[in-house]
Amino acid sequence: MNFIEFQNVTFGYSDDSETQKIEENVIENMNLKIEKGDFVAVLGHNGCGKSTLAKLCNAIVVPQSGKVLVDGIDTADEEKLYDIRRKVGMVFQNPDNQIVATIVEDDVAFGPENLGIDPKEIRVRVDEALKSVGMYDFRNFEPHKLSGGQKQRVAIAGIIAMKPQCIVFDEPTAMLDPRGRKEVMKTAKMLNEEYGITVIFITHYMDEAVKANRVIVMDEGRIILDGTPKEVFVNVDTLKKAQLDVPEATELTHLLIKDGINLNKDILDIDELFDAIVSIMEAKN
Amino acid sequence: MLSDITIGQYYKGDSLVHKMDARAKIIFTVLFVVMIFLCKNFLSLALVGLFVLLSMILCGVPFKVFFKSLKPIVPVVIFTAILNIFYVSGGSWEIPLFLGLKITEKGVSTAIFMAVRIVFLIIASSILTYTTVPTMLTDAIEKLLSPLKIFKIPVHTLAMMMTLALRFIPTLIEEIEKITNAQKARGADFESGKFMDRVKAVVPILIPLFVSSFRRAYELSFAMSCRCYTGGEGRTRMKQMKLHLRDGAGLLFFALGITGVVLINNYFGAVI
Repeated sequence: MNFIEFQNVTFGYSDDSETQKIEENVIENMNLKIEKGDFVAVLGHNGCGKSTLAKLCNAIVVPQSGKVLVDGIDTADEEKLYDIRRKVGMVFQNPDNQIVATIVEDDVAFGPENLGIDPKEIRVRVDEALKSVGMYDFRNFEPHKLSGGQKQRVAIAGIIAMKPQCIVFDEPTAMLDPRGRKEVMKTAKMLNEEYGITVIFITHYMDEAVKANRVIVMDEGRIILDGTPKEVFVNVDTLKKAQLDVPEATELTHLLIKDGINLNKDILDIDELFDAIVSIMEAKN
Repeated sequence: MLSDITIGQYYKGDSLVHKMDARAKIIFTVLFVVMIFLCKNFLSLALVGLFVLLSMILCGVPFKVFFKSLKPIVPVVIFTAILNIFYVSGGSWEIPLFLGLKITEKGVSTAIFMAVRIVFLIIASSILTYTTVPTMLTDAIEKLLSPLKIFKIPVHTLAMMMTLALRFIPTLIEEIEKITNAQKARGADFESGKFMDRVKAVVPILIPLFVSSFRRAYELSFAMSCRCYTGGEGRTRMKQMKLHLRDGAGLLFFALGITGVVLINNYFGAVI
């Protein structure tokens, strides 16, 4: 079943608030279907429109032409705005700019409080959400005393406490150190697998995209590649043209194939490549 | 270094006063102020002193923490005291000084009263901020001011602004440090030069700080609206404020104090 559907979506920002004249379209006539329970990574270099894609998913921006449907609801329907935002939560890049309260558990409670949920129920949800991201022991901490990865997990808990069906991660790891990146990716994976939450993970790190079920590559407001990680990363030349890197192992494989070594094109990690090379060597001997 | 400063002045503790309801504590602080200003003679001032001392002990905050908060206002206290000595005249004796200035009985007692009152006021308000988490304080202010909603005063919005301001103090301090270091790395000089030069040197810190604050505010507003924030209406709170027996006991404590002060005032007459 499709959870989010883009139908011929075109969107551009305008500098002039009076005339609403659009300088350039950020998203060009896009069609996209995202299935319930899927884990989709969206890749693209800076300014390719991937963050705008995220903002279209929960009605922060509304397309100028075409439609975005979330669970069947048109995001242009202003009366249903908060229904959509209940269904689709969003985690932003900078953890500092999305934490509202001075105590971790108060921040997690912010979303459910806005929904007008009964205080006792909020308590239950907050504890559950904090436990699921592994931040329960930090519930009485002040956010500024946490690391970037921990803050981002608190932000995720704040979204989980609202019980959304889908979470959009807008480059959640861009400002984190490698350890923080791993923590966040692991949390996103777990939410998808254990809670069945649909995940849209926007990133420019290849090693994160590899872990998704489906990878979408964007360039200049269009989808240029779409498929499983193996299907997408085979297209090394297309990715390079879109100013993207490919996973190191895939790149090495690509170079080896160019040199005439007979390898499978869809190798994604070092272990896989290692095994393939070993088997070729053994065959030669 | 900068990030070591505490938000507000909260002093972690588990005392009776810490556990009291924040709303009650704000009201008690007001009552404390009333009590301090009601006293008219030294005996009632002594009674208030006793109450201040009792509250200090009950709130479990070490005395030296209080002294620390009093230190910066010592010059103010001395200044007001001196001003009062010369300004107020009357009473049973007077010592004439040069230039027509004189010290009178009333002048001296007013000076002492003023000094002691200021010190008591600082301590009373410190007890509130030492024992209450800043967010609880803003919540309590929101609750206490909620009757003003009738006059269309956006009480919730004001409280939310205070909470966010408190939340962003450490973040902005971190930011100031980063910008300062970045400007230093480009050769900015903050430590030498004349006063005006140093003031001007702050501009390259303030401008980036302002720009980034606006950006933060913009992103924060997105994040808040993504979490379905629509203002105070229809909002519930996880942490419910409840009045306990201890809050009632506090009220009794201050009722006794104020009654005591009024009785002493009437019985022994006023000095000032």
